[in-house]
Amino acid sequence: MIADVMLAVMWVGLTCYALFGGADFGAGFWDLLAGRGRRGGRRRKLIEHSIGPVWEANHVWLIFVLVMLWACFSPVFAAVLSTLYIPLTLTALGIIARGAAFAFRKASTEMWQQRLFGGCFALSSVITPLFLGAVAGGVASGRVPPGIAEGDTVTSWINPTSALGGVIAVLTCAHLAAVYLCADAVRAGDDVEAADFRRRAVASGLACGIVALAGIAVLDQDAPVLFHGLTHRALALVVVGAVAGLADVALLVRGRYVLARGAAALAVAAILWAWGVAQYPNMLVPSTTVSDTASHTSVLIASLISVGVGLLVLTPSLWLLYATFQRTPERGGPGGGRPGAGGEPGRAV
Amino acid sequence: MPDAVARCLVSATASAVSPGDLAAARAQMGFSLAWHIVLACLGVGLPLLTLGVEWYGIRSGRPEYQLLARRWARAMGVLFAVGAVSGTILSFELGILWPGLMGKFGQVIGLPFALEGFAFFIEAIFLGIYLYAWDRLPPRKHLLTGVPIVVAGVASAFFVVCANAWMNQPRGFTLDHGKLTHVDPWAAMINPAAPPESVHMILAALMVTAFLTASVYAVAMLRGRRDAYHRAGFFVPFGFGAVVAPFQIAAGDWAARFLSHYQPMKLAGIEGVYHTGSHVPLTILGYPDRGELRYGLKIPDGLSLLVGYHPGTVVRGLHDVPRDQWPPVGGVHLAFDVMVGTGTFLLAMGVWLLLLRWWSRRTGTAMLTPRGTRPFLLLAALAGPGAVVALECGWSVTELGRQPWIVWGVMRVSDAVNPAPGLMAGLWVVLVVYAAMTFATVYVLRRLTRVTPVPVAPQESDVLDYPVV
Repeated sequence: MIADVMLAVMWVGLTCYALFGGADFGAGFWDLLAGRGRRGGRRRKLIEHSIGPVWEANHVWLIFVLVMLWACFSPVFAAVLSTLYIPLTLTALGIIARGAAFAFRKASTEMWQQRLFGGCFALSSVITPLFLGAVAGGVASGRVPPGIAEGDTVTSWINPTSALGGVIAVLTCAHLAAVYLCADAVRAGDDVEAADFRRRAVASGLACGIVALAGIAVLDQDAPVLFHGLTHRALALVVVGAVAGLADVALLVRGRYVLARGAAALAVAAILWAWGVAQYPNMLVPSTTVSDTASHTSVLIASLISVGVGLLVLTPSLWLLYATFQRTPERGGPGGGRPGAGGEPGRAV
Repeated sequence: MPDAVARCLVSATASAVSPGDLAAARAQMGFSLAWHIVLACLGVGLPLLTLGVEWYGIRSGRPEYQLLARRWARAMGVLFAVGAVSGTILSFELGILWPGLMGKFGQVIGLPFALEGFAFFIEAIFLGIYLYAWDRLPPRKHLLTGVPIVVAGVASAFFVVCANAWMNQPRGFTLDHGKLTHVDPWAAMINPAAPPESVHMILAALMVTAFLTASVYAVAMLRGRRDAYHRAGFFVPFGFGAVVAPFQIAAGDWAARFLSHYQPMKLAGIEGVYHTGSHVPLTILGYPDRGELRYGLKIPDGLSLLVGYHPGTVVRGLHDVPRDQWPPVGGVHLAFDVMVGTGTFLLAMGVWLLLLRWWSRRTGTAMLTPRGTRPFLLLAALAGPGAVVALECGWSVTELGRQPWIVWGVMRVSDAVNPAPGLMAGLWVVLVVYAAMTFATVYVLRRLTRVTPVPVAPQESDVLDYPVV
């Protein structure tokens, strides 16, 4: 029971990572496709402005999920990381390249450096969710057996379900980012970019839908256990996800960006939870269950306590972070910061 | 088809190595840890220094301190990002390289990592606010948003060292025929090694940051830039490092005496003590040869005196345990001596600074303006890299001294490693990526010290009219 609670907490963390971290990855995707010249530069500024203060905090959800997995389901952590070590090493390198390059780009002043670091940031923003999706596909299709490095180190992540997972992850991130950026562009008073990101959001939303539909056939063939779960126990969630996805595109077309944000987030969350519910109670498909792999009760309780205390500190802090950068008036929008705005702390010489 | 290609590629690289390559796994973990530990230290120390100069800048209204705060904050943003990602890699690597450890004991040491995760979360959140809201908040309020970064930085250092301390002093579990039957994560976290190790580490973090920052300005002063800005940039961190140094020597002594009680074989490895006995000398340098530490400078009764304040104190020797449980004596001993030597050098530099201050007060001249201070500045410039050397050596002593155990007395490193093939290929990829990242980090930081306009918000490059001292 308490293991199930812990699993749910972890899944909430994973959802947060998908929604917040995913949007940051997606922003990198659009950075890659932002185009050349002044137009591309302006678009990149909007992207940078939008994720700059928050990406580091958004990234921590991944660490949260990893640590909770190893503390509360150690054998699953060991099995997944040892079997899937190739895509996970590549994911880790993607995370390094992305975070470092983003910070380097911010700190560099010359065009060629910004191009180099920007390209690195954008490329790794696409590669990282691709591999993470492949890892999810490997686990969901039952290619990771219990034990250490018991699975095939290659076919566990190069297979139809992993391919599906990777593509869906990239498209979902791109879609989330585009939807978020619509509203950010409007708030920055940039209607041209808003319209542009709306087109991109609709296109990526439709692409998600098409891939998901095609994915049904793939899962039927390649991941029967997951498929059965999705079409039975998790059906309601799948329907919620589909409806929210359709509503999201409809809202985008009508220009209701803030509502579209909610719908897009709901769609992604519903699909993620559908996966969880479809697979439950298996941690590793087909037969390694939650109760097989859960840590001792003392550990689960300690972890829940730490989560409780952590949330008490985190919630107001996160609120402060998002409130500071989402609600206060923008400093003249991207690219046009008011020079020396309120420069009380630094009126040097 | 891609399946077959990938399989070919992987098997080609994997065939060169035996499955479960222990050496490759060790090298990769050691390398990425050694890299991260410097960044982690800067993550603990730099916010404190930055807040210090920002506070003084606000209080005194002196522009050079305000400018320093902005510059350091900017470097902090870059270093924190690189430190965060290189730290994330470590949590992946724990599973990728050491699934044997994590599968079995992951739950025992999960708690400090979970707490560290939350502390790190707080750090990331407030760093975002601190860096980006610089000009959106009134100065004092802005200063306050930096306080959680410092507190959380120290806390996360404490938690993560608790986990390492557990590897040295495993507690909080019962093994019955190799199966965990009882786990107490709180007892595992608060183990006897945690207090000395974490205090030593946190002080090391402060020293590394202080001396490394000061050395940047020492170099600038050697090049003739002795204006108020550079002098402040040198004196604040160097003075801070000089204050911390004596505490660090005391903490190191505590840590060493802890070893004599709890991990005598590690101490025996560090000091090259082969045979148990009293009146054990303290050997400085030397080389382990034919079961003895030769060619070193021996201080009679030194170790016995240090450990128990009495020459008759018995120190246990390596021969008390089987040969295959010895740590690598040569490496650990050398690392220890270099750490202690460098620490003493840093302490001496602090004393020298005090003397200079006394002299300048007496003669009524400004400090470090005359030409005669060149030797001091040269050595001060070396103090930064020196502190890093001491840090890496100290860390090597802890980790190499624990060999061959990954969990002291419970699990060997060789039983924890991932048996999958191809780890060597992973090591090469990681080395290449880290080399590129090192190059880029150093390059960007060097640029940061030179770029003349310092933008208003430390990480926003779109404002270019900031005046410069």
